[in-house]
Amino acid sequence: MTQTTISRRAFIQTSVAAGGGLLLGFHVPGADAASVEAHPWKTPTDGVEINAWLTIDRNGVVTVRVPHTEMGQGALTSVAMMIAEELNVDWSKIQAVFADPNRHLTRGREYKVMTTHGSQLVRLQHPHIMQAGASARERLKAAAAQAWRVDRSAVEAKLGVLKSGKRSGTYAEFATAAAAIQLPTEPAIKTPDQWWLLGQSKQRLDIPRKVDGSAAFAIDTRLPGMVYAAVKCCPVPWGKLKSFSFDAVKQRPGVIAAIELKAVPGKTAFSDMQNGVAIVADTWYRAKTALDLMPIEWDFGPAAQSSTESQWAEARKLLEQPGEVSNATGANAIEMIGAGGKVIAAEYHRPWETHARMEPINATVSVTDSRVDVWSPTQDQSLALTLAADQTGRDVKDVFVHTVFLGGGFGGGGGGNTAVTRQAAELSRQLKRPVKVVWSREEDINHDKQRPPNMTAFKALLGDKGLPSAWFTRSVWFTQDGMPRIGAAHADYSIGNMPYKVPNRHHERHNGKTHIPTATHRAPGAGQHGFMTESFVDEVAIAGGWNPLDWRIEMTKGMDDWQRVLLTLKEKSGFRTDLPRGEGMGIGIVESHGSIAAACATVTVSRRGALHVEKLVIVVDSGHVINPLGGIEQCEGSAAWELSHAWVGGLDLKEGRFTNTNFDTYNLLRIDQMPQVDVHFALSGGSKWGGLGEPAGPPVPPAVANAIFYATGKRIRSTPFRSHDLSWS
Amino acid sequence: MAIALQINGETHTVDTEPETPLLWVLRDNIGLTGTKFGCGIAQCGVCTVHLDGQAVKSCAIPVSAAVGRRITTIEGLTAKGQLHPVQAAWIEAGVPQCGYCQSGQIMAAAALLARRRNPSDQEIDAAMSGNLCRCGTYLRIRQGIRRAAALMQTE
Repeated sequence: MTQTTISRRAFIQTSVAAGGGLLLGFHVPGADAASVEAHPWKTPTDGVEINAWLTIDRNGVVTVRVPHTEMGQGALTSVAMMIAEELNVDWSKIQAVFADPNRHLTRGREYKVMTTHGSQLVRLQHPHIMQAGASARERLKAAAAQAWRVDRSAVEAKLGVLKSGKRSGTYAEFATAAAAIQLPTEPAIKTPDQWWLLGQSKQRLDIPRKVDGSAAFAIDTRLPGMVYAAVKCCPVPWGKLKSFSFDAVKQRPGVIAAIELKAVPGKTAFSDMQNGVAIVADTWYRAKTALDLMPIEWDFGPAAQSSTESQWAEARKLLEQPGEVSNATGANAIEMIGAGGKVIAAEYHRPWETHARMEPINATVSVTDSRVDVWSPTQDQSLALTLAADQTGRDVKDVFVHTVFLGGGFGGGGGGNTAVTRQAAELSRQLKRPVKVVWSREEDINHDKQRPPNMTAFKALLGDKGLPSAWFTRSVWFTQDGMPRIGAAHADYSIGNMPYKVPNRHHERHNGKTHIPTATHRAPGAGQHGFMTESFVDEVAIAGGWNPLDWRIEMTKGMDDWQRVLLTLKEKSGFRTDLPRGEGMGIGIVESHGSIAAACATVTVSRRGALHVEKLVIVVDSGHVINPLGGIEQCEGSAAWELSHAWVGGLDLKEGRFTNTNFDTYNLLRIDQMPQVDVHFALSGGSKWGGLGEPAGPPVPPAVANAIFYATGKRIRSTPFRSHDLSWS
Repeated sequence: MAIALQINGETHTVDTEPETPLLWVLRDNIGLTGTKFGCGIAQCGVCTVHLDGQAVKSCAIPVSAAVGRRITTIEGLTAKGQLHPVQAAWIEAGVPQCGYCQSGQIMAAAALLARRRNPSDQEIDAAMSGNLCRCGTYLRIRQGIRRAAALMQTE
């Protein structure tokens, strides 16, 4: 018996919708299930499961089950393309659905990986995804070979048709037989020179759903009997709830209950609940209004003393002390620099940033006697599932996570990596009815898992030809309680592993402590440090009398991939340093997620200091690109992401809490600030597979800051740029 | 209290406080979830709908102010199964990424094109600067609006 994620009703609904002129059939089981009710997903009767990844129906339509989440980065399309490539089916015969996380967990992690992060989907998961398609193709061939009494190698599988000599049949005809076949050995996946589909631009399958309001996000979940909760946790994270007065608001219309949410002592990890209180009502606005009016007393605790200023003071103190050495190459760089000569020194820092997904953090959970259903905007459905199981004390086999579209991901995982899934599970467990928890934007920004602030001190000694002979860096990277989980690797990224061939290097890091929960954000580490390292590189190059682009080409000699990207950037951007005052070009190049990305920014700065970023030229080496259009979209988006933080972003900490928690004060890039972006690939091919969801971002802030330097003569060593006086005369 | 609203050509009666923002009536009372919640203070534009053809931020409009006016949401932009030119252009230009802000972007763009058949780049930026997109699809939003303008010329 087959099992898939599609409810019968969802299947019928979308079959009807597909007749409405959509080029590609596409349906989203979690989303459709959300509009009916929480019951087990049914098995479609007319598709045969060849393996966990795909079914083939009697019309030859292949339904690909995608275990990853779709946040606009193209997971549904990429996975479907990889399967279609190996299966040899026409792209118009492919549709994509989300795979079932419960099945994944209860059948030995059948999809291998269900999380979606680190720009990993294509670069790391393509072998097993393509394997699933290749295996299905060979089993179809084997089924035909058996029926026709020929050798499997004599059967050709092309565009949904099996052929041997004069005999032919469709995949659909042999699907049932293929499902029962065991191959003696699994086939190898195709090499890039054999691709017929991968490498072509395909528009993403999710787009038509996202222009008419029909794409369902977790926040759109509606269940029979569902109630709504607004929550408030201590404004100073991990502070305690002293009291609240439900009596003051319980007579308000629609209000059902006030429920205290309790942190478990000692449990301060990623997704654990903080102390707070929820108001439950028949609509969210009624719940939110009552919560805002309800008197609440908090015990903020000692963290209420901390501020942006105290944090930077702490960082500067740490920078005076030796840290953990994570890179020491050649002679002792610290001693060389200490001995004197021409030394360039600078301190850089970057503030807190928040994900600010446009879909506020939310989750809906339905707890009944027999099962638990979860709708959560998570990048990790298996985590959401285990969180809900843990909070409700249920076995994971009875917990069902419905994958829906994510209203932005950016590395934070939405509901999965925050306490909201636990909150909804707890409230539903107590109330015995479905509960949708939505965080206000203020709650979302104050209690998201934030991008850590950091500070780095750089020192370089100039040697022969004006090039650096020694390079010493010491960084402070703040994480919750100094937990090294996020700190260790990311605190070195793009600093400790800087590519340039400086003979004597030394890097140390400190894990600074904060009470603020921290987590990964799009391009963690590289996002913060790319700006610092690549701006300081310009300082060193210019001090040594070098053109910054020539300096980078010189310092990566013999490193083919870096040379290719830099030379392509030179050709495509026309980088120059002799523009008139008020105009400037700047460059940056950063490796992250297996890809090398370079940017060239062209800016103008008015005499009064108004910055305009005109253009970004981006060059990326991701080894291979399976869908160039999707890759370009991700580069455009990554560039906007980093430009937003670097130009207008930054959270301010005061009395232990963030003071700018909505979009009137926490600024995001707006359309009138968006530069033209030209993306070029400079692919190295071979065994290199790099990601594309993040790498184009990190080189953008230094490219812009370096361009500002050429336009104004002002060196920017912290972000956001808007907090600097850029005027010139 | 009972409040009657004209939404997408149909009359809906809801029982709610008159100061409830239109956004929450659309989403929670009526179930039109294509209009999104983003900030609650008219700063992000994901809740944009049309009131008598004008783009407004529904999180900042009390439902009482929408009585007697034509309310159009993203679900009502598609007339008789036919995509609005902005929606068709959005597919052609491949605008949406995560898609969460796009209902608001499309409603803002449709209202712009209703009053300016062929807006300049500056007019596009000015009209769309109240709509945030965290995925950074702004380039394709501009392309989509230019394409929709072209589609509307040939209609």
